[in-house]
Amino acid sequence: MGVTEGNVLFTTVDHIVSWGRRSALWPMTFGLACCAIEMIAAGCSRYDTDRFGIIFRASPRQSDVMIVAGTMTKKMAPAVKRLYAQMPEPKWVIAMGGCASAGGPFNTYSVVQGTDLVVPVDVYIPGCPPRPEALLYGFLQLQEKIKREMPSVFAKFKV
Amino acid sequence: MEEKDIEKELPAPHYSLLVKKIKDRFGGAILETTVFRGEVTHVVEKGALVEICRFLKQEPDLQFKFLSDVLGVDCRKSLACFEVVYHLYSIPNKNRLRIKVRVRENEAVPSVTPVWRSADFAERETFDMFGIVFNGHPNLKRIYMPLDWEGYPLRKDYPLTGYKDQYNPFGVEKV
Repeated sequence: MGVTEGNVLFTTVDHIVSWGRRSALWPMTFGLACCAIEMIAAGCSRYDTDRFGIIFRASPRQSDVMIVAGTMTKKMAPAVKRLYAQMPEPKWVIAMGGCASAGGPFNTYSVVQGTDLVVPVDVYIPGCPPRPEALLYGFLQLQEKIKREMPSVFAKFKV
Repeated sequence: MEEKDIEKELPAPHYSLLVKKIKDRFGGAILETTVFRGEVTHVVEKGALVEICRFLKQEPDLQFKFLSDVLGVDCRKSLACFEVVYHLYSIPNKNRLRIKVRVRENEAVPSVTPVWRSADFAERETFDMFGIVFNGHPNLKRIYMPLDWEGYPLRKDYPLTGYKDQYNPFGVEKV
């Protein structure tokens, strides 16, 4: 703590805001298929996403991140869209696994061919299903992305 | 299959119970009988379906009280019709029986929900996937696909990847 003790540190609003945002990414407790099992494993004690400040929330109103974990059917798509709309800004989406990224092996009549046809996606994680480490890496990549966002500029130009 | 082949394929008690007994009772309504690996399939007249099913369930030495599944087959190419297949199981006798009816497009099949309550969901699934209508069904609507879905996905002329829409930008894909 030598640096901060009795010192004044200078930073920018953008820097401190995005630091706050990326240090407490709260994903929604929401899974569609087998990827959700890996997502649950990532949240449990062995992989423990809590150490990154990633804490699953039971309501879209309290969430920052939506992990689309699994095969999204066309019947499910309106529900996913509604959950995304219920999340407060700023919000991010992780497409977890092959199905959520591009339909995966299910090039059939009932499956949406990629989450990006329904909601905008920030991070795509390949794998079938991706291991919990891959999901954690996806979160770290999302944190890198948020680090480069400039909230004040975004707000000014309504990006 | 010919009668003597059927008799040869089956153990004697099964033959008398699952073939002879039913044929003696409903002779004209049984159009075809086949045996595959010791399991009997009867193709029956559409009009006699409910009566036959009730008999199979209630007859004391048959007791087909469990309807395991109802499903459709699109054989419009080979037979110019759909087939609806009823899989039955007799819990006390531990044997299985299949009943088939043939139905043309735009024709309806009588529902067996008055006989087995479990036919409700199974017939809804068959309707959802093949568009076969079941007369007398208490609640015939789609069960898997969204209620506003167009087409019947398991028909042979339905494209594998579905029609072009907002969730499938590639449209119909040739296989």
